[in-house]
Amino acid sequence: MDVTTLLIILLLGAFATYFSGDKWAPKVALLFSLTAFAGAICLLSQYNLGNEISYSKLWIAKPKIYFALQADGLALAMVLLTTALTPIIIFSSFGNTYKNSKAFYALIVFMSFAMSGTFLASDGLLYYIFWELSLIPIYFIALIWGNGDAEERKKAVVKFFIYTLAGSLFMLIAFVYLFQKAGSFLISDLTALNLSSSEQFWIFMAFFLAYAIKIPLIPFHTWQAKVYQKAPTVGTMLLAGIMLKMGLYSVIRWQLPIAPLAAKEYMYVFIGLGIAGVIYGSIVALKQKDLKKLLAYSSMAHVGLIAAGAYTLTLDGLRGAVLQMIAHGFVVVGLFFVAEIIFRRYETRKIAEMGGIRAQSPKFTSMFMILVLASVALPSTFNFVGEFTVLYSLSQVNVWFAILGGTTIILGAYYMLKMFQHIMLGETNAKLFADVTFNEGLALVVVIAVLFFFGLYPKPIMELITPSLENILTQINRFN
Amino acid sequence: MDTNLVLVLLLAPFLGFLFNVFLGKKAGKNVVGIVGTLSVAVSFVITLYLFANASQEPVVINLFDWISIQRFDISFGFLIDQLSILWLLFVTGIGSLIHLYSISYMHDDEKMHSFFAYLNLFIFFMIALVIGSNLLMMFIGWEGVGLCSYLLIGFWYKNQNFNDAAKKAFIMNRIGDLGFLIGIFIVGSLFNTLDFTSLRTTIESAKDVSDLWIAIAALALFIGATGKSAQLPLYTWLPDAMAGPTPVSALIHAATMVTAGIFMLTRLNFLFDMAPSVQNIIAIVGACTALVAATIALVQNDIKKVLAYSTVSQLGLMFLALGLGAYEVAVFHVITHAFFKACLFLGSGSVIHGLHGEQDMRKMGGLKKAMPITFITMLIASLAIAGIFPLAGFWSKDEILMTAFNHSNNKALWVVGSIASIMTAFYMFRLIYLTFFNSFRGTEEQKHHLHESPSLITVPLIILAILSFVGGAISLPGHSWLNDYLAPLFTKVAHEEHTLGSTEYMLMAIATIGALIGIGIAYKKYLKDNTIPSEDAEITGLSKVLYNKYYVDEIYDSVFVKPINLLSDLFREHVEKSLSALVFGLGKVTNEIAIQGKKAHNGSVGFYLFAFVIGVIVILTYLFLQQFFI
Repeated sequence: MDVTTLLIILLLGAFATYFSGDKWAPKVALLFSLTAFAGAICLLSQYNLGNEISYSKLWIAKPKIYFALQADGLALAMVLLTTALTPIIIFSSFGNTYKNSKAFYALIVFMSFAMSGTFLASDGLLYYIFWELSLIPIYFIALIWGNGDAEERKKAVVKFFIYTLAGSLFMLIAFVYLFQKAGSFLISDLTALNLSSSEQFWIFMAFFLAYAIKIPLIPFHTWQAKVYQKAPTVGTMLLAGIMLKMGLYSVIRWQLPIAPLAAKEYMYVFIGLGIAGVIYGSIVALKQKDLKKLLAYSSMAHVGLIAAGAYTLTLDGLRGAVLQMIAHGFVVVGLFFVAEIIFRRYETRKIAEMGGIRAQSPKFTSMFMILVLASVALPSTFNFVGEFTVLYSLSQVNVWFAILGGTTIILGAYYMLKMFQHIMLGETNAKLFADVTFNEGLALVVVIAVLFFFGLYPKPIMELITPSLENILTQINRFN
Repeated sequence: MDTNLVLVLLLAPFLGFLFNVFLGKKAGKNVVGIVGTLSVAVSFVITLYLFANASQEPVVINLFDWISIQRFDISFGFLIDQLSILWLLFVTGIGSLIHLYSISYMHDDEKMHSFFAYLNLFIFFMIALVIGSNLLMMFIGWEGVGLCSYLLIGFWYKNQNFNDAAKKAFIMNRIGDLGFLIGIFIVGSLFNTLDFTSLRTTIESAKDVSDLWIAIAALALFIGATGKSAQLPLYTWLPDAMAGPTPVSALIHAATMVTAGIFMLTRLNFLFDMAPSVQNIIAIVGACTALVAATIALVQNDIKKVLAYSTVSQLGLMFLALGLGAYEVAVFHVITHAFFKACLFLGSGSVIHGLHGEQDMRKMGGLKKAMPITFITMLIASLAIAGIFPLAGFWSKDEILMTAFNHSNNKALWVVGSIASIMTAFYMFRLIYLTFFNSFRGTEEQKHHLHESPSLITVPLIILAILSFVGGAISLPGHSWLNDYLAPLFTKVAHEEHTLGSTEYMLMAIATIGALIGIGIAYKKYLKDNTIPSEDAEITGLSKVLYNKYYVDEIYDSVFVKPINLLSDLFREHVEKSLSALVFGLGKVTNEIAIQGKKAHNGSVGFYLFAFVIGVIVILTYLFLQQFFI
């Protein structure tokens, strides 16, 4: 078994979901996404046994384009994240009904396929195709099944679409340029190039535009909050939980190894940009009135820190970034699900219209509290492992970076606890709030279990990703 | 030492927590109370066993590698040595008593099972903090107890003021925690380990390590300590924390959690000894905190607020000792303070219980007849904290003042410490006289119901009062069991024990006279003249400044909280929009074009998808054709 099997399962799953009809679509989608997760676990065990699971075949002879999928520990970790979150996301939507649900669920599975492909592709053009392919399902999911005023939603979603597409085009140009130099799109060829530092600069910047918009880094984040707010929660989860990690992953996989000189030269600028996002995002989050928008800005703050870690170009920074990417993926899916659970009962996302929920729903309260704590990186949660490692790596570059980036632990606690207080505490709300259903509880418990398990025992993930990151570091340092 | 034993010690309260969370409501209040208390008592018994059988050498138990940094691994491990055992003794010991007390105190609360769950969880994290084998393990406990403090301050969550207090405590602690983390980072990069035992040997043999960075690390760690142990400038959360149920104030906000900063500094004594400049800062901060908090306590009318400021002040004295390098003296005061302050808080709880929630001393008075046990135990504890011979506080406070006196020719620290102590005697007896003497000032209804608390409440009080009485025996001048016990921890030869010369007797005399003066003034004003503190509106002049705590909360509010909220509004309403426009590169003209363009396409997705596909095709074609021309 190699990685193509996994992609085939997901692609088949998308079609099967569509053709199973509206009634069965959710269950079929869940089944295929779970199968894909099982497949990813199989791949992991194969990989750990030392079996070859990568795949490469010449796709187009002229120009030389390979259908190349490379599954090293890093890519596998991201694929595991994607295939683990997808069934959780699908399962979490079982309390809702969607019109034309066969298309809805087919698009989710298809998106999972495209994102997995993005993480695995080791040929630049193939990667680019997967990268753009993943945009299409989320575009439709947000546009068709989103909420709020249709016109306003369309505006936000179209802006997002054009914006990310425009950014990606620069990446494509960079790839074309690289292809001329190397004669192929294969990452192994691209990282072997001897580019001058000015070439590296332009390539770095072209990649940067694509990634900075996707992640998003300040000041390229302005599409984010509105789209998170307008998209259906499932879409928001896909975006925040997995899709924005494509940008962060690509920084580590493509941008840094291909243009390391530029990365070193302007390291402080990019670390600074990441940290600026941490502070800015946290402060903006403080006064948000819409729960999903608050979580969007919180997400922006977290990914800013992850990006800062990656741009330190140290093993600790990269490792912390990847750990935090995974941890953030789980916690943010959990938190958006919390927003959805509240919406199912109160039909609002305005924090001012909530309050006094705690007395009515002890289970929900505990799970929400735990997610809040994980989000603010309480030690013994997975998020602490990532945040600690990233902040440590920042302190090695310059202790001020760690102090400024570390304000996240103060500001994060501020806006998250304030939000929790206004939503959950206070006099019992006059409106009835039923405690979580079995299905809702199950989804949250799974997320929480993952967060605690890897918070206490992150070793398996560290061991999985470290060799790949060391290889990437060797490539980054090849000009020294 | 048996690893399993240590695990049981740690996990017993955690199991209690799980039981109370999942089964507590069904099991009923009595079971909740018994399970909650027993789970802590188990830890206490194991601690006693460890105490009796401990070897001189520290025992390290590493369970597994937790977090890996490129240059070192951080293990999930425990360190059992004299310091951790000592702390465990009073954490689990006083913890058991306060659990016992809470069975009665919280019995009428519908969420008693959550209360015991949180309290158990607190003990679990506190044990983790104390037995962590490295800085990061300590940090788990450190933040964990902060979490429990948050949960328990906001226990009555329907009151948003209490929730505000809880949130404030968590956030202020996190400011300190950032300092702690920065300290951990610097220590890690200087010495490539966070392990206490290896740190000690590494630091002792380190040669080329910059003094400046050691000092910065020590300072950062001390900032962490100021958060958890409520020192200047991060102390304002502790008085607000009194919003929590009184057993919480006794356990967390007086006897155990707030001593975590002192524990940390003592644990890292070898590091702080290498940063004398930081030690000076610690001593000065400690002395200032002791004085500032004592002055505020002089005029507070809420019985718990008096005790809260008193705690801040006493913690200040402990930091004064730490800053002078007298770790064993600080630890001594931690222990005696745990006895008498827990007793005082529990006593105040008994009073509040008796008066059905009244906390204002202006509405108390004359309770000594109705509540004799509460009165006598609180009186003993007050005498102890005031430093009256031969009670526990006399010995420990005296040690601190003597250390300050002998430390250098500059007697300022000693003077400040002494003044704070005189004030302590005054405000404590102000509390005693206002609460227990003269006639009752509450309602007839309350008067009718006045009663002594049940034995679940009075027994812990009596035990703590006895400990407050005799606790000084563990470290008598010249015959200090404590100093001998802790000696292996310190790299510097333990301070020569004070031999009792004429200077020492004189200092003792001065301290005692000072305390008596403080008590005397309180006696004259509140017993003899029967003065009742004036209503809030009538307080003027200096008292008003003190009563309003020097307006520090207001200052913090206008310097930090309000600006950051204003900034948030500014960002949300204006900067976001400008950034959006800026990044989109849409000046006015292009914006117009965009709007027109959008109208023309009617926002058609199809078009954009089409453009994308066309673009890809064009590029592919270009690449393809290019092959033939190169």
